[in-house]
Amino acid sequence: MNFIKKSPWILHYDGSSCNGCDIEVLACLTPLYDVERFGIINTGNPKHADILLITGSVNEQNIPIVKQLYEQMPEPKVVVAVGICATSGGIFAECYNIVGGVDKVLPVDVYVPGCAARPESIIDGVVKALAILDEKQKILSGKKALAK
Amino acid sequence: MNLITTLILFPLAIAILSFVIRQDKIRNAIVTLGAASIALLTVLVTVRYFGDGITYSYHQEEGISYLIMCLEIIIAGYVLVKSIRDKKYLVTVFAAIQTPLILWFELSAGHHIQIVNQIVYDKLSGIMVLIIGIIGSLICIYAVGYMKDYHHHHKEYAERKSFFLSILFLFLSAMFGLVLSNNLTWLYFCWEVTSLCSFLLIGYTRTEEAKSNSYRALTINLGGGLAFAVAIVFIGLHYDTLELSTLISLEPEAIAMVPVFLMSVAALTKSAQFPFSSWLLGAMVAPTPSSALLHSATMVKAGVYLIIRLAPMLGDSPVGIAVTGIGCATFLLSSLAAVTQSDGKKILAYSTVANLGLIVICASIGSQEALWAAILLIIFHASAKSLMFLCVGSIEHQLGSRNVEDMGDLALVSRKLNLFMFIGIAGMFLAPFGMLISKWVAMKAFIDSRHILAVIVIAYGSAITLFYWTKWMGKLVSGSNRKQEKEHSFSLFEELPIIIHVIIVIVSCFAFPLISDYALVPYLTELFGKDAVIPIGTSDVNLMIMMLAMLIIIPISFIPLYKGDKRRIVPIYMAGENTGDNETFYGGLGEKRKAEMRNWYLSEYFDSKKMLFIGNIIAILILVLGVILLIGGLAQ
Amino acid sequence: MLILKIIVIILLTPIAGGLLTGMDRVITARMQGRQGPPLLQPFYDVLKLIQKEAIEVNLMHRFYVYLSLIFVILTSVILLLGGDILLAVFALTLGSVLFILGGYASNSPYSLIGSERELLQMMAYEPMVLLTGIGFYLADKSFFISDIIKNNIPAIVYLPGMFIGFVYILTFKLRKSPFDFSMSHHGHQEIVQGITTEYSGKDLAVIEITHWYEQIIALVFVFLFFATSHISSIIVGIIVCLLVYFLEILIDNGFARMKWNFALKSAWLVTAVLGSVNLMVLSYFR
Repeated sequence: MNFIKKSPWILHYDGSSCNGCDIEVLACLTPLYDVERFGIINTGNPKHADILLITGSVNEQNIPIVKQLYEQMPEPKVVVAVGICATSGGIFAECYNIVGGVDKVLPVDVYVPGCAARPESIIDGVVKALAILDEKQKILSGKKALAK
Repeated sequence: MNLITTLILFPLAIAILSFVIRQDKIRNAIVTLGAASIALLTVLVTVRYFGDGITYSYHQEEGISYLIMCLEIIIAGYVLVKSIRDKKYLVTVFAAIQTPLILWFELSAGHHIQIVNQIVYDKLSGIMVLIIGIIGSLICIYAVGYMKDYHHHHKEYAERKSFFLSILFLFLSAMFGLVLSNNLTWLYFCWEVTSLCSFLLIGYTRTEEAKSNSYRALTINLGGGLAFAVAIVFIGLHYDTLELSTLISLEPEAIAMVPVFLMSVAALTKSAQFPFSSWLLGAMVAPTPSSALLHSATMVKAGVYLIIRLAPMLGDSPVGIAVTGIGCATFLLSSLAAVTQSDGKKILAYSTVANLGLIVICASIGSQEALWAAILLIIFHASAKSLMFLCVGSIEHQLGSRNVEDMGDLALVSRKLNLFMFIGIAGMFLAPFGMLISKWVAMKAFIDSRHILAVIVIAYGSAITLFYWTKWMGKLVSGSNRKQEKEHSFSLFEELPIIIHVIIVIVSCFAFPLISDYALVPYLTELFGKDAVIPIGTSDVNLMIMMLAMLIIIPISFIPLYKGDKRRIVPIYMAGENTGDNETFYGGLGEKRKAEMRNWYLSEYFDSKKMLFIGNIIAILILVLGVILLIGGLAQ
Repeated sequence: MLILKIIVIILLTPIAGGLLTGMDRVITARMQGRQGPPLLQPFYDVLKLIQKEAIEVNLMHRFYVYLSLIFVILTSVILLLGGDILLAVFALTLGSVLFILGGYASNSPYSLIGSERELLQMMAYEPMVLLTGIGFYLADKSFFISDIIKNNIPAIVYLPGMFIGFVYILTFKLRKSPFDFSMSHHGHQEIVQGITTEYSGKDLAVIEITHWYEQIIALVFVFLFFATSHISSIIVGIIVCLLVYFLEILIDNGFARMKWNFALKSAWLVTAVLGSVNLMVLSYFR
């Protein structure tokens, strides 16, 4: 049995966003939405995290940072792009410093659209990510078994 | 000439030889062989006499006494001339009073006093002899290697290696005499010789600082010597005896407490308790082997040795209570002062003062359990502290610094030293190691004898000790995963004594039940006339040994264990800004900046000057109170 | 028989500790008007961590965490088999020191700050723990827990001040606000995650399990205050333990984190006043 579905820990990274989506991510922690019901914890530490939740688009400055954070996460891990900026660059897409959506840098597993993304859809996105995590965990343990 | 006389005189011969011979190679050979022979001799003496002990006197007693008197006059003359020349008149006064006093006494009243046993070798002296002989001679061997490096690094000081080494041996000889003499005048003589030796050792570099510190040490120790001299005269005139063993079997009546008090004051000066601790802290200017010798095996141990001898007279008497109080103040406040220090040698100095305070508390309480703890503390403290001093000395040469903050890089230079230092620190405070066993028993002894203040002091003191040792250990550990960059070999003269020390520290922890059974229990049984038992249950001892065995695996962490294990290694977390080398991060303008990591020193709370000041005030108050109680007792 | 007992202790203690943590999280959530995670959430977390990849920053830093666990287990075995209370305290201290060294060994800024703070916390609470052990000795004439629980009068009668003082420093040990400045659980992100910052996967799971043991060890001390030879004292003791734990959760939710200065001063003051005075009075009468 894979327990990763029962206890996904999140690292929230804020790229070049307007902070609208960040507020909505935090709203998920409030009593009204209470993501801890699903065992979700906002860890703020890549080494503990299973899900990298990115709001806002990536720019020239934060590409190495996002990459490093992703590298510092243990397998299995998934990336969830929250909000339209994170999925495609959104209204900032034409800016001189913006590279585009997160998928320009990292392999994104789940896209959560919206401007700002609503808490319900964020939770929905994370739950979708859980299924992917589960898949990845299976592949990982399959690899381990093979190695043995 | 029997073995014990040889033991006292042999180091003297080596001292003279190493003073006379000026060729480095020959002298080094003589010093090394001599030190090894002293260690061997110590073992021989132990094997031969430890079981039954031995007491005897010399036929040529009178001759020896006159010889000692002559030497005393020479020493006093030297001190007088030197102190007048350097304008240290307090020293002049102390020397000018005590030597004539003792001489007058010995030539008049003291001349007729019969002494039955001049030399007493019992279990306590036996343990002291072992410590002095083995640890002391290891330090001497270490000094050979160290002094070479020392003058290599410090070209500004005049080279007087011959002198330095010979003083070390003279010191050993005086210490042997001190712990073996039962004749108080002989003991006093050895006492004064150690004071003089410490003066010479501390002033070795002849800098202004060294000079003033050496005079401070001499002043305080001569002050103690003066108290000792007065005590001897008092005992001689009042009780018509000059034997330590007779003194401690006296009825603890008020009048007998006067010499006991004076001798306790002398012991407190020698073991650097508040308000007399400043000499030990100043002694750090000397080359490290002398610090090691002064702080671990010899000088300071002379003081606590005397208090342990006097223990039957202390206990709940006013003097005993005063000494306990001073020990408490010293233990607590110098531990606090150690928290604020970052200089390795300073930390060791403060912790020495603190641990001596603990020994003084145990000894002055004087119950069977407390003495058990006190003697064990002496053994473990001597070995672990000496190890650490030697390590710090070598670290200073290898690293160019003895600051704890720089020791994170120690593993880059020498993994071995890193490991040895780690073991030394572990020996000072971690669970199954010796110091903690003794502290545990001390705690039990304090509560059993209802010294609640001492219990509270030891509870706080242990917590503080934990703080400053762990952060030092942390620094050592933080570098342990890095690769040794360059091969830095240090001389065998330095390495071998350190390795033997490490072995002693570890083995003594496994062996402490044996030490207890064969040395402490018989000694205490005889001293108290009732059966002594080891204060820790057997099952606990077994558990401790098990823990120790587990802890032996810690050093494995210094060896990369998991080479075969394919774990992904990622950079440390620096909020995504790690440049990849784990030491620098990208700053606001994209430039590389080093992440500086420093320990906490809490100096706004436990400023060492403030702590010393408070400690000295408290200790002086306690001493005054002791005097008042004593006079009150006499008046009754 | 002894070996069986030891195995049972080693297995059941973390389970109880984990359940307690789960309860804590549910109650905390309810206090904040949330539903909270399932009761078994801590176990899910740990099992997940075990399944995950373990990454590391260097070859050595995980070593200390495993050693720390061994010594904490040793502590709980000593305590629950009725061993010497001071020996248990020393073994626990050793475990904590090793954990702190783990933080240093990772050589990461966040871990180091966590280690330093943890060390400061230890300095703050250690005197009280030692005095508690000594208090039991004075009250019940023995350092052995097997003797302490055989007494007719519960130790709390002699040691009321000690008890309050111990509950005060329990906040450090259980990593609860206002004294969780080295590292705290679940929602908080102070100094990232303190000592645990650089640990992941199995190593992190080991840290969690160590904490479960530590929680039970802390509560065993609370229990000892009420233990007598009478059978009902077990029930009373367990109820008090749960109440104290509830109180700690309440305090956790009711207070903001304090600065270390306040933590150190107040812990030492509480120890000096409640612990020492209690000890002095007791030694005067017994």
